[in-house]
Amino acid sequence: MSAGTDNAVALTVDPIACRAHGLCADELPEAIGLDEWGYPFLSTGSIPRKMLRRAKSAAAACPVLALRLTHTRG
Amino acid sequence: MNASSTARMHRQPDISHANGPSGVTRLLPPAGTARWTDHQRHYGPVLPASASSLVDIVRSSGLRGRGGAGFPTATKIAAVAAAAGRLRRAIVIANCCEGDPTAKKDRVLIGRAPHLVIDGALVAAAAVGADRVMLAVHQGSRAGTILREALAERGAGAAAVSVVQVPNRFVASEASALVRFVSTGDARPLGRLAPVWESGVDGRPTLVDNAETLAQLALIARFGDHWFRSVGDQEEPGTALVTIGGAVPRPGVVEIATGTPIRTIMASAGAPTTGWALIGGLAGRWVDLAAVAQTRFTTAHLASAQAVRGVGSIIVLPPRSCILTETARMLGYLADSSARQCGPCMFGLPAIAADMASLASGDRMALTRLRRRLPTVDKRGACAHPDGAVALAASALNVLNGPESGHLQQHLAHHGCRATAPVVPLGVVDSTRHASR
Repeated sequence: MSAGTDNAVALTVDPIACRAHGLCADELPEAIGLDEWGYPFLSTGSIPRKMLRRAKSAAAACPVLALRLTHTRG
Repeated sequence: MNASSTARMHRQPDISHANGPSGVTRLLPPAGTARWTDHQRHYGPVLPASASSLVDIVRSSGLRGRGGAGFPTATKIAAVAAAAGRLRRAIVIANCCEGDPTAKKDRVLIGRAPHLVIDGALVAAAAVGADRVMLAVHQGSRAGTILREALAERGAGAAAVSVVQVPNRFVASEASALVRFVSTGDARPLGRLAPVWESGVDGRPTLVDNAETLAQLALIARFGDHWFRSVGDQEEPGTALVTIGGAVPRPGVVEIATGTPIRTIMASAGAPTTGWALIGGLAGRWVDLAAVAQTRFTTAHLASAQAVRGVGSIIVLPPRSCILTETARMLGYLADSSARQCGPCMFGLPAIAADMASLASGDRMALTRLRRRLPTVDKRGACAHPDGAVALAASALNVLNGPESGHLQQHLAHHGCRATAPVVPLGVVDSTRHASR
């Protein structure tokens, strides 16, 4: 949680929807890794402001819309 | 805190100090109280109460869920009640499936006191303002037959209550899977994104409580929070049902005061007080009974002894047993039981099960693979099924790298061991059928 931000954003994955396409990890490798089966590991906590644009791209890149940006209270 | 209770319960129940194997018999009455008329005579009536006073009294009682998670029941009830409204009535599901094959407490409870579970479901319905109650049972189970007969005995008094038959699979009785099955006929978990207390069956706030939890609720509604707390641990009061199985002379279910030391529980059931045992179910932990002899049976005390309360079962291994072989077999069952929705569970559990089986066959590298894989599977599914398998595997590795390291060396040197046949009960896997209507 970045202190003082009242509109922090975090990534969450819907594990049921995810089909291991892996496009999210291409968009944002700093925050998204893939396990040995190709399913994403997300770094916990809020996304730094400078990564926000690419985080949105990562969510948009998911063919099954399993990756979401959720607003958390920072 | 307890003011709400003082007005109502003053009937001194003669069941409060009856002697069971560990000193108390609240939930498991003497045989002959399963029928409606006998039940009413033994326990007396549940007096009507307002929803808010029920929530208050449950909160003061300190009751925690008995299905495995140990969540405070009043918090759950209050959340459902708050999410519900006149146009969006709540629903209550009594989870009578007992999906964990090591546990028999709920089926014993339903056999001995089916009306107590129904009473509890009706009390819960009153507390959350529900207009429908479903008793979820496994298809073809004896519990289903007993509960249907019990409902028939009650006639119009149980008009809002029905029995729902759920596929006979481990993961089908996970709370969100029950909700999804009732709504759509698909008995696979929904995931953590949509909490059932907000949006459950048909989008309505849904309270899912375990059969034993509801039976306890039925007693609290009758006799009050003070009575409930008069027995057991201060932090987790009351009594609890414990299943004792495996290599014991008299397998069965005992009712204990919470906080009873494990040694006392085992001794009172005529079971061994030394040797290895699985505590908590298939998602449980391996414990040395001698090492936990003084550990008190509560969620908190078991956790501090590297054990887990889970479904409250204790499965004792025979003297010449093998935790590695048992664990590999259990992991195979858990992998087969996956609903195959989430990748880390669908691929991770078979991989972990295969690693544990390879280790049992003497593959030293399997240890490295397990150490790498367990953290990559933990908490990555929509439900807690993979987490339970990971915890079990980790517990086995702790034992095999610690007190049983000599036994592990035997596996590595001889590609196996000469242990007696596995004793942990497993269910039947029917992975082809997730939906059934």
